[in-house]
Amino acid sequence: MGLSVFEIIGPVMTGPSSSHTAGACRIGWAARQVLGEAPRRVEIGLHGSFAATGEGHGTKEALAAGLLGFAPDDERLPQALEVAAAAGVALAFRDVDLGPEVHPNSAELVMEGATRWEKVTASSTGGGAVLLTSIDGHDVHLTGRLDTLLLWHNDTPGFLARITALLACVEINVASIRTSRTERGEGALTAIEIDSHLPLPLLALLDHVPSVQRHAVLPILPGY
Amino acid sequence: MEYQFKTSRELLDLGSRHGASVAEITIRAEVESSGVSREEILRRMDEYYVHMKQSVQRGLGITERSRSGLSGGDSKKVLEHSEGTNVSALGSVFERCIAYALAVLETNAAFGRIVATPTAGSAGICPACLLTWQEQRGADDRATALGLFTAAGLGRIIGYGACFSGAQGGCQAEVGSASSMAAAAICELDGGTPAQTVNAAALALQNTLGLICDPIGGYVEAPCMMRNGLFGLHAFGAAAVSLSGVSSIVPYDEVVGALREVGRHMPRMYKETSEGGLATTPTGLKFRPGKLPPVSPKL
Repeated sequence: MGLSVFEIIGPVMTGPSSSHTAGACRIGWAARQVLGEAPRRVEIGLHGSFAATGEGHGTKEALAAGLLGFAPDDERLPQALEVAAAAGVALAFRDVDLGPEVHPNSAELVMEGATRWEKVTASSTGGGAVLLTSIDGHDVHLTGRLDTLLLWHNDTPGFLARITALLACVEINVASIRTSRTERGEGALTAIEIDSHLPLPLLALLDHVPSVQRHAVLPILPGY
Repeated sequence: MEYQFKTSRELLDLGSRHGASVAEITIRAEVESSGVSREEILRRMDEYYVHMKQSVQRGLGITERSRSGLSGGDSKKVLEHSEGTNVSALGSVFERCIAYALAVLETNAAFGRIVATPTAGSAGICPACLLTWQEQRGADDRATALGLFTAAGLGRIIGYGACFSGAQGGCQAEVGSASSMAAAAICELDGGTPAQTVNAAALALQNTLGLICDPIGGYVEAPCMMRNGLFGLHAFGAAAVSLSGVSSIVPYDEVVGALREVGRHMPRMYKETSEGGLATTPTGLKFRPGKLPPVSPKL
């Protein structure tokens, strides 16, 4: 897929930093989609430069804005911490060291919603671009430039065949597919990047596919 | 895929094969890879250009210093000077272009809305150059916004061949990229051929090699703001030289290669860590977060 002109010119964003503000906002936004419901409590670990220089760049405000569902160009971003507090969303920030291999602009978000919790690790890789590297302990490699179908499931034979057959039926082209599991036969996460939007009835159908525990759609990130 | 390009050689081949400008090839590449209609892509870029102009206007109205005390009110001063009697020997347009670029960075520092072009720290250069060009040539928004496709086309080559991030490549990757993109845009808007347009970008980019990213206090304000102000003029210079028929000795693709190489070997202390350069001068150190002076310094 070619580099889009709107990745070079853009995103339209609330200042001051494409990596520490816009990218951080997109990370929060993506994490909320992965949780699939409004977060009530979020513990946010700031790694590297996010911890070191995040203060002056509004990184905390940006992460909070994203978690509230605000896009990077939302002018409420600077007040996001107050908005979150008023909405009863408890946010706790701390500095973490995720290791020398992890990109300097990274965050780890542990979110609790009404019905579930989820942990997402992501990096802001420059110019507002982001990379989700871990969901629920499973390795992922998601840039949010395409709609992504996330499936939490048991690792059972034939699982991918069933899912791809469903996608094939409605002529959805798969750009990438990755399954990550903890142990054979244990819990797994499959992330499927697709070229078009999933029809809602198909999402409902996924509930009936054997061994699917949960599914979520990470839509193309705002500004792409 | 017919219109995709990763190098200026490929871009120029496409241009001559289809008899099309850099902007046109870039638009066709976008339509092809995104599946979005041409009209929608043009409309979206028009909208981005409007956001850019608004970020200039907002910045020119800022009179207060930013939270860090490092910027605020400077673009207004330069603009007022450009309208006064003691204007530069190069004329008021010269100063206005500087003011516009400063204004965008002031908007950015005030947590206002800007368009990252290609990043927030370099967001002033393309808007300043295009707005200055538009005012001087009397062009409409759509015609001017086409320059943003030219800029994006040249930026795309940097995106593939190097990077835009100060943390990875230093300021040369941000302000350097923006200046070369703006040079190309002005050159093509003024009637430059695709070869002259790419050449303008090469001339601009090579003059920024080695530029370090040393933000004082870690804020996207100083020296970022002034680098935007002055490298916008640099883009106009490169475009004019290219239109005169003077060629860069080293072609664009090789300059991009040099950008990558210099970025890779640049010490970490000069890559957005605020551990060197202006950030660690005695004055720079006074602005470290937690060490902010109680009162904003008066100029």
